[in-house]
Amino acid sequence: MENQTKKIMTGSQIVIETLIEQGVTDVFGYPGGQVLNLYDELYKASDRINHVLAAHEQGAAHAADGYSRATGKVGVVIATSGPGATNLVTGIATAMLDSIPMVAITGNVPTPLIGRDSFQEINITGVTMPITKHNYFVTDVTELAATLREAFRIAISGRPGPVLVDIPKDIQIAECEFEPTDPVTPFPEDEARDEDIDRAVELINNAKRPYIYIGGGAAGQGMAMGIMALAEKIDGYIGCSFMGLSTIPSDYPRFLGMQGMHGKFASSMANKEADLIIGIGVRFSDRATGNTAKYARRAKIIQLDTDVSEINKNVKADIGLVGNIVSSFERIYHKVSKLDNPVWREMVEGFKKRGDDIAAEAERRAKAKMPIKKLFDIINELKDAKTVIATDVGQHQMWTAQYAKFEQARRFASSGGLGTMGYGLGAAIGAQIGSGEKTVLITGDGSFGMNLNELATAVSYNTPVITVIMNNGVLGMVRQWQTLFFGKRYSNTVLERKTDFVKLADAFGMPGERVTTPDEFRDAFERAMKHDGPYLIDAIIDKDEFVLPMLPPGGSMDDIITEKKQEDAR
Amino acid sequence: MRNVIAVYVENKYGVLARVSGLFMRRGFNIDSLTVGETDDPKYSRITITLNGDEYARDQLVNQLKKLYNVKQVKVLESGTSFERELMLIKVKNSPANRSEIMAAAEIYRAKVVDYTTEAMSVEVTGEPTKINAFIEVMKPLGIVEMCRTGVVALQRGGNIMEK
Repeated sequence: MENQTKKIMTGSQIVIETLIEQGVTDVFGYPGGQVLNLYDELYKASDRINHVLAAHEQGAAHAADGYSRATGKVGVVIATSGPGATNLVTGIATAMLDSIPMVAITGNVPTPLIGRDSFQEINITGVTMPITKHNYFVTDVTELAATLREAFRIAISGRPGPVLVDIPKDIQIAECEFEPTDPVTPFPEDEARDEDIDRAVELINNAKRPYIYIGGGAAGQGMAMGIMALAEKIDGYIGCSFMGLSTIPSDYPRFLGMQGMHGKFASSMANKEADLIIGIGVRFSDRATGNTAKYARRAKIIQLDTDVSEINKNVKADIGLVGNIVSSFERIYHKVSKLDNPVWREMVEGFKKRGDDIAAEAERRAKAKMPIKKLFDIINELKDAKTVIATDVGQHQMWTAQYAKFEQARRFASSGGLGTMGYGLGAAIGAQIGSGEKTVLITGDGSFGMNLNELATAVSYNTPVITVIMNNGVLGMVRQWQTLFFGKRYSNTVLERKTDFVKLADAFGMPGERVTTPDEFRDAFERAMKHDGPYLIDAIIDKDEFVLPMLPPGGSMDDIITEKKQEDAR
Repeated sequence: MRNVIAVYVENKYGVLARVSGLFMRRGFNIDSLTVGETDDPKYSRITITLNGDEYARDQLVNQLKKLYNVKQVKVLESGTSFERELMLIKVKNSPANRSEIMAAAEIYRAKVVDYTTEAMSVEVTGEPTKINAFIEVMKPLGIVEMCRTGVVALQRGGNIMEK
């Protein structure tokens, strides 16, 4: 008897059915010549799978990425061959550098035309080889379903990341038998060795100044609870890399915030003075450690990572625990003793106070009509715990990292590793659709200018994304470096543009307003929070507001630049 | 420090490009790379020689392990493994050169594989140090062109690398 679940299907049907089988409910994309068949099937399956049409494939890729960051699910993006596929590149690279699980599906010209420079033909597997975990060029329809499943499996296994599947048009048309299966589960991971766990436990038990340093590999609510419990147990403190934001609640007393180039004074100091650093899913990037030769010279380092190549890559770890992070973490947690480190508590509380004093002094000195911290105070007050915050890249991004308050895990979408200007709007739309929550995009006039076309998407779907443009008329972060390190030669950072963002919002068919004082901003943000649909606030800020404190590139905590030093420099 | 690394990869489209692309993007400087099918046609075996310190070697091994088509990576220690390389070298032929080339080939257990009035071609097999030594001997005689395969290596005795 023929198995009832087996059916003859076309390649396009198989793609859609495999996506549904893998639990995909939303995909982002843009149609085109070589994915016509696929889009025909999307049309027929529109009651089972939601397709979000972006304005540009890059926006679609960022949306899939933002969707994944907000939900923990795999983000899926579809694009046509040639330019459709190459437009995904920045989005895929962004996901790669931040280890975001993504499956990108591209069409290609029919296999007989491959390699002939056919219309809209590009070897996208070649192009994306260095920026994907793995990629596939499908040449046989009977392998299509298995390939897609494997793509999902690779995307979620170990250290997550993007996988691309390129499907020529004739494979989308060809037919074969299809049978649905269960969603894939991750490949089994290594487990850290018992003796290494024991050595790590011994180091922790002997630590007098323990500091837990978390990154993107510690994302998720479950890990957050565990890490806080560990901090209590060993009487330590927690800091994070940029990618570690929105894991531990901002107000948790043992959480010191982001460390590094633009990090909090307290976390950078605690990191410097610690005698033990427990790195969890964090790669000790140059932006977070400064000069690695001078980095944490007093400390022993324990590094938990699923990716063996991260151990010792940037800094030398005394103990590398390679394997499933949750598993390594739990084994350590249960074995360590309850510690009491009163001297360390006193020291760190001192750093916190000093950091607060620096911030308070900065606020006192602030002459700007629209002080940055004030804007974030208002956003923090008016947003919900569930509100997702997305950013672009630049000063506004670092201010968000410094001032935005997160109460829950997975409420932040920002391009950390690649630093992709133009990431924010697409990501905010994807994060909103994934989370179902109001999403706030903090952006700058430079970054926003790169991919503002996605406002069209937000309008089409009436996506409740509040765009806050911190508009200073300059490329602020580069200009800040030019001020500090290039003798105030403002090469190509002063934007002599006359873009009226309020009129622009109107042109796109959505409300927008311009604000120049914190009071105006408060009123506008209140209106935006109440509005059902996209909203734009053009917040005019002072171009001389800097991101401080700052550790100069290659510097260490000894070289920290604060408000005072900056004024002397001006 | 010279390192010899053996890699089992799936014998699939684009695998060599993935492996060689890795060297470029991670900034590894490879001395040689050889690749060929194994007894199981599903797999190929790649032998890489890398000049670099322990950090570079470990990074190379760890980054290779992350490639999905890479099934196994092993650093071969010089004491417990053996390696061979093959070279074809063409040297100017002249009455004065002839006997010297023949004598050297004899001592190096090399084979003369081509002979014309202008040039003699010799096939030499052995460890890279031996190949290098042969090149030094031939240099004064006038090397016309040469070609090396790069190193292949296996572990000694019953030690095998699992696929």
